[in-house]
Amino acid sequence: MSVNFAFSEEQEQLRASVRKFLEDKSPESEVRRLMETDEGFDPAVWSQMGQQLGLQGLAIPEEFGGSGYGFIEMVVVLEEMGRSLLCAPYFSSVVMAANLLLNSGDDAAKKELLPGIASGETIATVAYVEESGIWDESGVTATATKAGDGYTISGTKSFVLDGHTANLLLVAARTSAGVSIFAVDGTASGVTRTLLQTLDTTRKQAKITLADAPARLIGTEGKGWDALGKTLDQAVVALAAEQVGGSQFCMDMAVQYAKDRMQFGRPIGSFQAIKHKCADMLLEVESAKSAAYYAGWAAAEDNDELPTVACLAKSYCSETYFHTAAENIQIHGGIGFTWEHPAHLYYKRAKTSELIFGDPTYHRELLCQRLGI
Amino acid sequence: MKWQIEDTPERAAFRAEFTGWLREHLPKGWMESIESGDDDAFDAAKSASDWNPFTWNALVGANGYGAPLWPKEFGGLSGEQWMQQIVREELARYRLPLVSINILGVGLAGPTIIEHGTEAQKDRYLKKILTGEEIWCQLFSEPGSGSDLASLSTKAVRDGDEWVVNGQKVWTSIGQFAKFGMLVARTDPNIPKHDGLTYFILEMSTPGVDVRPLRQLTGSSEFNEVYLTDVRIPDANRVGAVGDGWRAARTTLMNERATLSGLSMDQSSIMGGTRKDPWQSFLEGIDDKTDLIVRQQIAQFYIEQEVKEITAFRASSARMSGSQPGPESSVNKVFNAEFNQRKSSFSMNAAGMASVAWAPGKGGSADSRMHTFLRSRANTIEGGTSEVLRNQIGERVLGLPRDIDTDKGLPWKEIRRN
Repeated sequence: MSVNFAFSEEQEQLRASVRKFLEDKSPESEVRRLMETDEGFDPAVWSQMGQQLGLQGLAIPEEFGGSGYGFIEMVVVLEEMGRSLLCAPYFSSVVMAANLLLNSGDDAAKKELLPGIASGETIATVAYVEESGIWDESGVTATATKAGDGYTISGTKSFVLDGHTANLLLVAARTSAGVSIFAVDGTASGVTRTLLQTLDTTRKQAKITLADAPARLIGTEGKGWDALGKTLDQAVVALAAEQVGGSQFCMDMAVQYAKDRMQFGRPIGSFQAIKHKCADMLLEVESAKSAAYYAGWAAAEDNDELPTVACLAKSYCSETYFHTAAENIQIHGGIGFTWEHPAHLYYKRAKTSELIFGDPTYHRELLCQRLGI
Repeated sequence: MKWQIEDTPERAAFRAEFTGWLREHLPKGWMESIESGDDDAFDAAKSASDWNPFTWNALVGANGYGAPLWPKEFGGLSGEQWMQQIVREELARYRLPLVSINILGVGLAGPTIIEHGTEAQKDRYLKKILTGEEIWCQLFSEPGSGSDLASLSTKAVRDGDEWVVNGQKVWTSIGQFAKFGMLVARTDPNIPKHDGLTYFILEMSTPGVDVRPLRQLTGSSEFNEVYLTDVRIPDANRVGAVGDGWRAARTTLMNERATLSGLSMDQSSIMGGTRKDPWQSFLEGIDDKTDLIVRQQIAQFYIEQEVKEITAFRASSARMSGSQPGPESSVNKVFNAEFNQRKSSFSMNAAGMASVAWAPGKGGSADSRMHTFLRSRANTIEGGTSEVLRNQIGERVLGLPRDIDTDKGLPWKEIRRN
């Protein structure tokens, strides 16, 4: 991103090709079909994403099988995926697991595991939160015990994005040295995976019970939270980009309807009550873009602002998305409350995104702490 | 916001040129103390010098840095948006005023004259606007025409080479100090309201101009009423064609929004020389920063302030050199105004009863806090109410249909008015 804070021509081309791909492969009818399945994604589309567009490997360094682009390109791609409600394990595998590996400092693991994620053959996820729903380090209670060359893990993880389909689980567990990260095969003995019922069925979540499941240490024992904490900052920035894409689409839907819907002999968008709602949506969406793009820039630069702007972006973009999704239903009136209309899909994604990784209240408190207040 | 993006060589050269200029013209020790983070040395350097915002404004204005976007021949730098941004960044870094003491001249009158004025007008007025030698005010709003500015009643009747103006204007900031005013008057009442307006430059010392201070709810008289009785304006002072005043007025209004949206209009923006970061001052005014609810609010203000600055930066970056500000300035203005109100109201609550009662003569910080709180109430009214601006955002940015205008196509004299 250049000094004038516009996307480069190349980045805009990326946006256009991702949008075109998603319009073809992830139209509303496909979203509705996939959200009713347990698997929750289309493996054929997933492999096309990898092979035709190289999206899974976009921001993974070339030495690990990716194409070495940066976080700004991720922002562009995630905005588009948020707009189309793409049903795929992209966020869990590419944003969370790949970044956790990159942050782990474990060169052997990176060399071994990242190329599979980059090509899309491996679907990975991060399992760190437990049923307590505590998002910080204190929530990790699963334990890892040394066993021969490796470890075994016991404990229960929950709210694991795409945890039921991932074939590589990156699990946070405690040893005597503290929180550490482990790689666990999704089908290993002792691993029981339960698909959860979710408000948002376009993004699956699973509970994962580990009973002496065999595991391999990633990075340094006891230093797992250093890598995971940074990954979470990156993840909320990526989520903010997704939220911006969803918010923009909700606003576009609402504005179009306000122009088309006739009542009292004129378009409802000519009434100030509706017009001002739309104007407020624009204020919020533009502000959310500022927050997400700025945070994306901090993540791309990997600078010391990332911890604060990550909280800022997560808090602001969460509220924007929920508000625009709710207002979209309100402006549509009765038809917006029907199952057939797509408004509820975004409303459910918005509320879920607002809560994942900690709600705005959590992130505002974290922001104060990080600012030293 | 600590946003620092590496300069291109071209930008780095301009930045170095400007800071070099500052170093040459600022009192000894001013920049050095700021660079070394020594606040006491800064205060000492400032008080030992004869620096004041008025002579400083004249110096900045005479050297092009007061309006980098204006053409060189009229006192600017014929520059691009990024130059203005760099000038602002360096002015802020060195605790110098960010806006001219002649803010309405530089922000509103100048751009309007550049866009719509004659060559003679450009030569006559622009340079003295930049140096602050001639202060400008704005004669737009009237008691009967606020949001619906185009319905205004002040009339101008042609008399040979002159126009004779009668009417009343209101909300005229700095009218008592101004040498010139931007005046919009009705030159034809028999056609629809937008078509019958003409734009003039009024010399405020002209006989028949009566400026009367108007006391605001803050207790001070920042604004004025201006009565115009048989005021004669030479036709050479007309800006744009007869009947084309609305177009020029819109240029002024768009620039007004951009001026009001880009910066927070606190005292230090105008006077400079204050050493405290406004955010730190805000935090210091809050007694209990351990309360969880207060912390939520502090964080929210921090977030909104950052977001506001980034959005303003995005908007100003997108604007091309020389072009007039677009509707994005309405977005910024609405956000800024409402943010100021929420923040100043919160500051009152955070200080508790000390913000509503104090011992006589012991006002100090309570007094300025009260003033900020009260003054912010005007932010959502001045320069376009938030409601009118939301209409503009809805119609011009989002393309929503206009509301029904009951006065559409009617001659002005047949419109229902107060």
